[in-house]
Amino acid sequence: MKDITTMTALDLGRAIKQKEISVAEAVKAQFDIMKLRDPSYQCYITMMEEEAYTQAEEIQRRIDAGELFNSTLAGVPMAVKDNICTRGIKTTCASKILYNFVPTYDATVIEKLKQAGAIIIGKTNMDEFAMGSTTETSFLGATKNPWNTECVPGGSSGGSAAAVAAEEAFYALGSDTGGSIRQPAGYCGVTGIKPTYGTVSRYGLIAYASSLDQIGTIGRNISDCTAALEVISGHDLKDSTSVNQLNYSYREALVDDVKQLRIGIPTDYLGKGLDEEVREGILNAAQIFRNKGAIVEEFEMHGVDFAVPSYYVIACAEASSNLSRFDGVKYGYRTENYEGLQDVYKNSRSEGFGNEVKRRMMIGAFVLSSGYYDAFYNKALKVRAIINEGFQRAFEKYDIILGPTAPVTAPGLGESLSDPLKMYLSDIYTVSVNLAGLPAVSLPCGRDKKGLPIGLQLIGKHFGEKDIIRAAYSFEQAVKYERPISLTETNKETKHISSDITKGKGE
Amino acid sequence: MKAYETVIGLEVHVELATKSKIFCSCTTLFGGDPNTHCCPVCTGMPGTLPVLNKQVVEYAIAAGLALNCSITRRCKFDRKNYFYPDLPKAYQISQLYLPICRDGGIEIETSAGKKTVRIHEIHMEEDAGKLIHDPWEDCTLVDYNRCGVPLIEIVSEPDMRSAEEVVAYLEKLRLILQYLGVSDCKMQEGSLRADINLSVREVGAIELGTRTEMKNMNSFKAIARAIEGERKRQIELLEYGKCVVQETRRWDDNKDTSFAMRSKEDAQDYRYFPEPDLLPIEISDEWLETIRSRQPELRDDKMLRYEKEFDIPSYDASIITGSKHLADLFEETVAICKKPKEVSNWLMVETMRLLKEQEMEAEDINFSPDHLAKLIEMVDQNKINRTVAKEVFEKIFKENIDPEEYVDKHGLGMVSDDGLLRSTIEKVIADNPQSVTDYKGGKSKAMGFLVGQTMKEMKGKADPGMVNQIVKELLDK
Repeated sequence: MKDITTMTALDLGRAIKQKEISVAEAVKAQFDIMKLRDPSYQCYITMMEEEAYTQAEEIQRRIDAGELFNSTLAGVPMAVKDNICTRGIKTTCASKILYNFVPTYDATVIEKLKQAGAIIIGKTNMDEFAMGSTTETSFLGATKNPWNTECVPGGSSGGSAAAVAAEEAFYALGSDTGGSIRQPAGYCGVTGIKPTYGTVSRYGLIAYASSLDQIGTIGRNISDCTAALEVISGHDLKDSTSVNQLNYSYREALVDDVKQLRIGIPTDYLGKGLDEEVREGILNAAQIFRNKGAIVEEFEMHGVDFAVPSYYVIACAEASSNLSRFDGVKYGYRTENYEGLQDVYKNSRSEGFGNEVKRRMMIGAFVLSSGYYDAFYNKALKVRAIINEGFQRAFEKYDIILGPTAPVTAPGLGESLSDPLKMYLSDIYTVSVNLAGLPAVSLPCGRDKKGLPIGLQLIGKHFGEKDIIRAAYSFEQAVKYERPISLTETNKETKHISSDITKGKGE
Repeated sequence: MKAYETVIGLEVHVELATKSKIFCSCTTLFGGDPNTHCCPVCTGMPGTLPVLNKQVVEYAIAAGLALNCSITRRCKFDRKNYFYPDLPKAYQISQLYLPICRDGGIEIETSAGKKTVRIHEIHMEEDAGKLIHDPWEDCTLVDYNRCGVPLIEIVSEPDMRSAEEVVAYLEKLRLILQYLGVSDCKMQEGSLRADINLSVREVGAIELGTRTEMKNMNSFKAIARAIEGERKRQIELLEYGKCVVQETRRWDDNKDTSFAMRSKEDAQDYRYFPEPDLLPIEISDEWLETIRSRQPELRDDKMLRYEKEFDIPSYDASIITGSKHLADLFEETVAICKKPKEVSNWLMVETMRLLKEQEMEAEDINFSPDHLAKLIEMVDQNKINRTVAKEVFEKIFKENIDPEEYVDKHGLGMVSDDGLLRSTIEKVIADNPQSVTDYKGGKSKAMGFLVGQTMKEMKGKADPGMVNQIVKELLDK
């Protein structure tokens, strides 16, 4: 039988349409691999096998009836980050406080995916409430990097990125507040796109920082990401911050042509703190663009240094408010240990939230408290405006800004959480994009000596998705997608090695 | 004792009469079984987002224009963060930094004369749910039906000096809002709630005294009592050389006294910040003009028009326009029967008497203008006399009966049959010889007695003009 799970999402979609593969076959192949590999990688919080087969039947029927002919991803199994609400399916945000929360509604993106015939196979692991860069703050335990199970997959959408890399899903939804799609995509050697703020409805995305959060897609190439993005984009009456764009036909930009494309690299993106091998990888990528006829140059961009502090003040402030509703009263975890209302609040929240979430809520409450508001929150808003301006000015000269996604490749498990400040600083290249609401994509551009993937980030102007998609597509034509080495070995030999993988030593 | 002055400012919460809630499409109807008027949005379920009801903005602007405010052309919502079970998001979406209306004022009139009460601001916000204590289970339950019902909060400057002024301000405010149709302003149902900020100071002092905030009054009378009570309490404290503590107090109308709820020291830090889930509201010239052009005639204008157009005394006009409902009833009835003076009389005399007797408010009147108009026509066409008409009106007032049907059914039509009247009167005269003697002896009052006896004999239905005429004729014979 054909090796289904190594296919791209679009190839599988085409094969399903041409009746070469049935939806049920695709689902079965996917769950076989998930069962084989997920014990090693722990990408999933909830697997939806029964629901997936039921969906498969319905989608197959619709396809056979001639429906969904425009839907390139109909019947293709995909995964959803566990902070996106799914009706009737647990949505936990990887937190104890929502360990039993089952929404009665679908997020708008889920409604759209269902309409397009997507097969949702599970809910992926993440940092608790999307706060973290490693997927280690999950209440359910860390996800492992498919390239090296001693390493983190990045975060917060680490489960989604690892699932796509490990072929445990054809594509996945993530959410990106300060790099949470791009950085794990970079660490796992896959492609992730965060669209312009307002492109995708946030209705049903459990908020971390409302003014920064945006749902995006993760795939094994830009074409898959683009196809999925087309499905979920669009104005939504349920989200006032979603924008009405006329044209969501991103696939038009899947063209191998960067001639005369103006690409700028902020000098500060190559400076202090950047790993030498990552730097090399990025400069190589820049050369590839030059070779393909793009104009690539370095330039000075202002405000790079201020991005991280400004981001953490704003994100934590919004988080402290957004997460206040988890109080043990209506749903989710409630302490068993209480005498009065104050106890219910205090103990449910003390017991229900992890340390990273508590740290950010405390920072947020502090920067909003009276007497500190102007010194912190208001100042952060001003810095945000400066950063925005810096980008505006850069985009007068360039179509795209190029740089690393993260200053290093995937760190080892347990390395980051011991030093949160260092972890925060590693968000330096991604957070400013959220502060400015810009679209950006991370795609693999080679590996370091440890064999870990290096992420290349391309940032576009507001609603300039097509610019970065075209550049990413062109780049892909020159740099072939690499599967994680351990997976390759798994498939070559048979069940003996895969049982090693389930024990977590798949090398 | 020194002479003191009371300084009062009001924060009035008004529930807007929109059909749906401020950020979702749930109904705003009062009552309903607990937790039946809610959805994931108004119960603040994870991932849900608010979408602003445009009608709320229009109502807030209408109120602002009527209260002479300037409208903030780019206003925003902010989050007010605090924990309480009736607030499912743990923040209330409100307006702090850029409220929709600012710097207004209205003129009030009391026994002390006219004065202007300035309005500091009006802001939009969402209402919270309600906690219900279950004494049987000894637990507290939450009803989220009211959660997300739109409110405007009207904040006055500390311009009032007495309970009388406060009541005059509230009456005026209520009338304006009812006339605008932006709220029904029913205090009992909580659609108008006033918090009173009150302080006292020695007469002539420039600095304001320490103020307290009083909550939980559900009638104008309770407000007047609460003000009186709090004024006395503060003056007493000062007279004994003590200090007023800045605190929030809860009025208990049954015990006629107030209790401290929380002091300034435990005041919460609400950590307000701009609501990121809603865009700023841009109010264009065009939108503002549309709302302005739709503003209805308000009470003061209506009063003047009644005096001029209908030639009604200003006292009557003020009573009738004192309730939007009564004014509507008046105009609708006049439109049918074209007899404004008659309509006004029925409302001013009989309606007022019955309201008082039944302990009802003008808002509770429930008869149709058709029926009153018909009654007026019937009197005008001598189909019934005024005595019968009063009896029929009472039926209209209480049961909203159709006067024509009622008169037919009960045979109350006026008797103008000359023969029948004549024979009845002859019998009355024969039965009352003393009255005839008195009349002939110059006591003209005796005739009235005979007329009365005749009406009694005729069960009130006789044509009073004809009875008078025939009695006189027979006596003078």
